[in-house]
Amino acid sequence: MDWLPGAASSYAADLDRIFYVILAITGLIFVGVQVALVYFIIKYRGRKGRQASYVEGSTKAEVIWTVIPAVIIVGIAVASQTVWSEIKDPNHFPTDALEVNVEARQFAWAFTYPGADGELGTDDDYIRYNQMHVPVNRPVVFNLTSVDVVHSFFVPAFRIKQDAVPGMNLRAWFEATEVGEYELACAELCGVAHGLMKGKIIVLSEDEFQSWAAEQS
Amino acid sequence: MATAAAAAAPLADAHHEELSFIRKYIFSTDHKIIGIQFLFASLAFLVLGGVLAILLRWQLGFPGEELPGVGTVAPKFYNSLVTMHGTFMVFFAVMPLLVGVYANYLIPLKIGAPDMAFPRLNMLSFWMFIQSGIVMTASLFVEGGAAGSGWTAYAPLSAVPQYTGASLGQQLWILSIVLFGASSLLGSVNYITTVINMRAPGMTLFRMPLSVWALFITAIIALLAIPIIAAAVIMLFFDLTLGTTFFLPADGGQPLLWQHLFWFFGHPEVYILILPAMGIISDVIANGSRKPVFGYHSMVLAIIAIAFLGWITWGHHMFQSGMNPLLGTSFMISTMAIAVPSAIKVFNWLGTMWRGNIRFHTPMLWAIGFVSLFTVGGLSGIFMASNAVDIFIHDTYFIVAHIHYVLFGGSLMAIFAAVYFWFPKMFGRMMSETWGKIHFVLTFIFYNLTFFPMHILGMAGHMRRIYDPTQYEFLQPYQPMNRFITISAILLFVVQLPFIVNFFWSLFRGKKADINPWQDNGLEWTVPSPPPHGNFAMTPTVYRGPYEFSVPGAEADYMPQSVPPSGSQ
Amino acid sequence: MNEAITLPGGVTAEPGMRIYNQKLGMWIFLASEVMFFTGLIGAYIILRFGTTAWALPGVPLEEGGTPLAINLTAFNTFMLICSSVTMVKAFAAIEHGDQKGLRRYLVATVLLGAAFVGIQVVEYIALAHEGFLPRCSEELAAVVPNCDLFGSTFYTMTGFHGTHVSIGVLCMIWVTVKAFRGKYTKENHGGVEVIGLYWHFVDLVWIMLFTIVYLI
Ligand SMILES: [Cu+2]
Ligand SMILES: [Cu+2]
Repeated sequence: MDWLPGAASSYAADLDRIFYVILAITGLIFVGVQVALVYFIIKYRGRKGRQASYVEGSTKAEVIWTVIPAVIIVGIAVASQTVWSEIKDPNHFPTDALEVNVEARQFAWAFTYPGADGELGTDDDYIRYNQMHVPVNRPVVFNLTSVDVVHSFFVPAFRIKQDAVPGMNLRAWFEATEVGEYELACAELCGVAHGLMKGKIIVLSEDEFQSWAAEQS
Repeated sequence: MATAAAAAAPLADAHHEELSFIRKYIFSTDHKIIGIQFLFASLAFLVLGGVLAILLRWQLGFPGEELPGVGTVAPKFYNSLVTMHGTFMVFFAVMPLLVGVYANYLIPLKIGAPDMAFPRLNMLSFWMFIQSGIVMTASLFVEGGAAGSGWTAYAPLSAVPQYTGASLGQQLWILSIVLFGASSLLGSVNYITTVINMRAPGMTLFRMPLSVWALFITAIIALLAIPIIAAAVIMLFFDLTLGTTFFLPADGGQPLLWQHLFWFFGHPEVYILILPAMGIISDVIANGSRKPVFGYHSMVLAIIAIAFLGWITWGHHMFQSGMNPLLGTSFMISTMAIAVPSAIKVFNWLGTMWRGNIRFHTPMLWAIGFVSLFTVGGLSGIFMASNAVDIFIHDTYFIVAHIHYVLFGGSLMAIFAAVYFWFPKMFGRMMSETWGKIHFVLTFIFYNLTFFPMHILGMAGHMRRIYDPTQYEFLQPYQPMNRFITISAILLFVVQLPFIVNFFWSLFRGKKADINPWQDNGLEWTVPSPPPHGNFAMTPTVYRGPYEFSVPGAEADYMPQSVPPSGSQ
Repeated sequence: MNEAITLPGGVTAEPGMRIYNQKLGMWIFLASEVMFFTGLIGAYIILRFGTTAWALPGVPLEEGGTPLAINLTAFNTFMLICSSVTMVKAFAAIEHGDQKGLRRYLVATVLLGAAFVGIQVVEYIALAHEGFLPRCSEELAAVVPNCDLFGSTFYTMTGFHGTHVSIGVLCMIWVTVKAFRGKYTKENHGGVEVIGLYWHFVDLVWIMLFTIVYLI
């Protein structure tokens, strides 16, 4: 069952698990409701001489189908919250991360790397466009901004999506778990070429990444 | 202060018969005529919204290829198509079809009133709607093209003409929304006043049909939500034209302010689009099952609960917007809470059919279709309500599938049920049942073929509103599915033809309708089809609830609300 | 569920509220007006507290104070409050069937309302001369923090309020004309009551706006 795209980040499996749990629960309810519907249609189809039962309701039944969904919902909410704060809560961001600035504009991505001193905002920073090189198995925290309109940083394989809002500096993170190339897309309508605002995340082994970084500065 | 008495008194003025054609059918103050005017106008907008959908679907299924007779779709035009399809469908098709048509037509008839509380405001409301529709349609043809920032008009994309290339188009979009809002506001004031003040004797609140309850609550939501969008688009307009800086970050404005305002309106708006549908469906299912609505009181409470919760959930549209993650948690909880009253409604509809004696007339088929498809839309909503899962599926085709299951599979199915159900009352003639059923079956099939695969696209990560999916390697394997969806969508559009033909043919040639062709209990079925100006020759008295079907010991399996209890004189 | 219902003829209680349609309609309409101003004022609050600096009253303009002339507007506020009092008096007069009193107080209300709008226009012109507009002049932008944002919110909120007062004055003139034609009686004066509701609402909104825009 591979409906979600191949997962390649540390938290992708956690998110996928909730997705499939919800899919299973809702799938079951879906089948239940449709089967009941079809069954009622056949069983209670109108016939001459029959009369419908005069039933105005049943408190017991209604309590049951109020409480059960409520319980399910609470379960899903609790499970979701854990993963949500893992991915989005700045207090839970990994500390030993590579830090990169990401700037979105109509219609390109700019990635600013810290350079040899390992610090952003210094002279040896360098910028690469539309291609983001990152090391495998090491968290990357990025500061996301936009110079014009709202964009959205979306890497399907990493299960990360974060809007880039002009005037705001938003932080997000991911940790790629497999070497390879992954597509980056803009997920928020941002103008004429919104559909073409794509980039690549190139995940390298630690050694390869170091030598790539050395070449840049 | 004799107004109340005057308004509630039976209206039997003789000179109503002498109105000129223009006063009677064009500038009419009769709520029934106004409802019918809304019906024709918004069905036309529905077709327009459908044409826009086909054009944008063409580009997605066959990127860059020439649509025979039309040409290719340019990226800028594509964005306008996306924007205007959403705008027309939400504001000019579904909302007026439910509220403009059926709140107008049904409320006075169903509560035993001669007309709306403010008939002239009602007329004004309709003509403002037409004006706003004309402005919106005109914006398709102006220089620079129609607005291209989505129906959500996210700032600053919408606030600076250079960002989309559309300048006048965006301004006209705003102007049209303001006019539309004013129209909708006048309507709401009317509906609320009418329901509160003009019910016939005996029509207590808890004897009102669920359709009236839903339309009443909807009017309250619209009354409170529309001013928010009006304020928001006016600020946007000033940003565009007067140099204010509400949403422009370079000068201290806040883009997220737009999103908060828009969705503070936008989420209640979703309930404006679905609650009346739920009410109508409840009426039709009870009629079709020949049984009382299962749990009438909890159905009413569920409507009120949904309407109330709808005000505190807007942030679920903004999980990925950069809003504080803690807010993401609270908005998830409030959003999830809505699943409970929604589930109650679905189960109670099933409960209504249980042990019934179901008549499969055309409106009932659409109602069953509604229950089936709304369930899908409701369940897929749980995925988005989960803030974690939303990180992945936000702004993908999963959302597109969801809204279409709610607003097409839900609202539009209910609208078709309503059109077939009340057509005989409106026009005094029956629509063809055979063609109605053919229309239903074909629509149901092609509807699902069009929208169900969108869930799968969404799971694959397919973004919304992109011009050319084949640009992305990970989406290329799904291009056959995109093509399949496009072909299904075209067929879905084509199979509406039987409806259009049936509608107009029946208008002139349909079988003459009786007073009560569906053997229903509502007060509207106790007056001639179509009802005369003033509706009731004598103010009716209401003795019972709206759903007394198959009462044990009764002769017929229905009992109109105005039938006195047996035993009393 | 089956409450006993009195039979036709014996029917006394109607289900509706004991408020006539126009008055109920106005209350409902005002609910939507509340939401409209909530939208504008909410935006103001979010924008103001989303930035670090804001022009405060009581601080000289050169040090980042407000460019608004508070004394003039305080006087204007006083006039608007007075117009609410005269409105109450007008309604009280007609409730006692006092036609003369009705006319006198309606005219007073119209004049006070019109004066309010007039002074607001004068204020706008003076501010524009100083360079205070939705886009501030460079000199002003240099001293007033977030001057553009201040101008945007100030003109939008007070402008929409002023529009509401203007519409109110026009309706009030219409009601006054009807009063002079003797259209209102002790028994039948819904028009006076309904316009009064609107008038008090607009007054109330101003007191809020004056407080948050000028005073704090
Ligand atoms: Cu973008
Ligand atoms: Cu929502």
